[in-house]
Amino acid sequence: MAEVKKVATRDSYGNALKELGAVAPNLVVLDADLAGATKTATFQKAFPERHFDCGIAEANMINVAAGLSTMGLVPFAATFAMFAAGRAYEQVRNTIGYPHLNVKIGATHGGISVGEDGASHQCCEDFALMRTIPGMTVMCPADDVEARKMVKAAYEMEGPVYMRFGRAATPVFHDEDYEFHIGKGEVLQDGTDIAIIATGIMVPEAIEAGKALAEQGISARVINMATIKPLDEALVLQAAKDCGKIVTVEEHSIIGGLGEAVCGLLSEQLPTPVKLIGVNDEFGHSGPAAALLKAFGLCADHIVEVAKELAAKG
Amino acid sequence: MTSAEEKSLKLTAISVREGVLTSTHGAKSGHPGGSLSAADMFTYLYFKEMRIDPKNPRWEDRDRFVLSKGHTAPGLYSTLALRGYFPVEDLPTLRHIDSYLQGHPNMNTVPGVDMSTGSLGQGLSTAAGMAKGAKFLNKDVNVYCVVGDGELAEGQIWEATMFSAHYKLDNLCIIVDLNGLQIDGRTCDVMNTEPVDKKFEAFGCDVVKINGHDFQDIESAFAKFHANKGTGKPTAILMKTTKGKGVSYMEDKAGWHGKAPNDEEYAQGMAELEAARAALEV
Repeated sequence: MAEVKKVATRDSYGNALKELGAVAPNLVVLDADLAGATKTATFQKAFPERHFDCGIAEANMINVAAGLSTMGLVPFAATFAMFAAGRAYEQVRNTIGYPHLNVKIGATHGGISVGEDGASHQCCEDFALMRTIPGMTVMCPADDVEARKMVKAAYEMEGPVYMRFGRAATPVFHDEDYEFHIGKGEVLQDGTDIAIIATGIMVPEAIEAGKALAEQGISARVINMATIKPLDEALVLQAAKDCGKIVTVEEHSIIGGLGEAVCGLLSEQLPTPVKLIGVNDEFGHSGPAAALLKAFGLCADHIVEVAKELAAKG
Repeated sequence: MTSAEEKSLKLTAISVREGVLTSTHGAKSGHPGGSLSAADMFTYLYFKEMRIDPKNPRWEDRDRFVLSKGHTAPGLYSTLALRGYFPVEDLPTLRHIDSYLQGHPNMNTVPGVDMSTGSLGQGLSTAAGMAKGAKFLNKDVNVYCVVGDGELAEGQIWEATMFSAHYKLDNLCIIVDLNGLQIDGRTCDVMNTEPVDKKFEAFGCDVVKINGHDFQDIESAFAKFHANKGTGKPTAILMKTTKGKGVSYMEDKAGWHGKAPNDEEYAQGMAELEAARAALEV
């Protein structure tokens, strides 16, 4: 089998900012002493006068971004998901969300695939936190191509955006001509027995699971849900109608993330059995990313297992 | 400043204070104490200092104001109304369910409000972002930010001050309202923030200490702020004030931090302010 190209979506973030920076003079980037890790250093090298390091002071950085946006600039604020959505939650809520300012938060190192740093840095709560803020767009790209197009789309839309990028290099499966639209999911494999709705780096795992299920005679619809909020409700409802059973997969707590968003919609409009795959109500721990993802059941094998079990139920 | 000008500012400040009483009385809640301590500063900023256009509240090149101590919205709203941003008659609708005058400043509903605030500690960072943006865009825009002394306990204030000095934001004027009181009592007892001057100096600001109820003092402080242009230093104006200033029963009482006057108290306060106006006009 040919070697699959792998790119960390944090690298995509840095590259996209640099590319966009060349044509968008009002784009500025803020970081909190993590430019090397969040990859905004890529932008910084190209446009040093437009990169403002705020030091290790994430709360201040978020408010500075808010202030910059009122001057007509389009700030992208970067730090780890834990500090963007966690440490600075109230700053994001009150000074970006409430006034609905045009600030883009690029949060890297989301989920347990942060790896060796352990639980203190493995943010599995960011979708939940950001989803609760009225008017906030919450997204998580599935691969390099989607991540770069997402950054551009975030720049082009007016209003607050939270994007989560990953630390680990993950497979690239989109072609360059892929068209990304905020708020629209993508059907990657059609199927009628069960639907697998995944986001972020769980999408390649879902694709693999979909293929494995097909070999076992189960027709799975595989959906990439890059926009968690606003949810592509029509696509979810169609999947529920056509397949009757749904598995959601996210590198996030099963509390408050994509899975619960899907359940919330379906329970009101089309009650459908759903199994949620994610980080159960527990903290992560240190270890290599790939091994951790396996240990927490965030892998194709486990998706297959859960999907088979659900499909077999009358 | 001519004596006529000073008198005019004093008269306006009395009207601002009346608006504070009228709005909080109408709301049956709100924060008169810190609104009154900063009333002279609000008056000077909006009637003399800032380059603004009430007919065009979103004018791109206007000076910006951020009320970091957002709970003193009654003081800001009263000033904005008197300056012509919206009808003074609307002040009593403060905090009402169908009013645009939200309990804390809302930039999207209240004309003239440059930033939504209310959660303490955040406004100064936002003001720093505006000042940084103005510098980046080569705009001659000043940013003024009023911070409470109790608010200085918020760590983010110091993150913001460090940022402002690091990025040489000499277009940022930090104004600290040292009224010495906060909800739970005297600031020195609740959480001592002294020495405030040495703290701001150590964080890289040029510190100016004034009496926040003296317009001559206020004028000289802003002259220092303008003189600091080119030095790369943010200015920190530390103004000593009296919480509840101008209304005898509210003066220097922590209990009037967040309580509205009842009908009798309202009438007494308005009578005192009217007497102050009459005394000035003699």
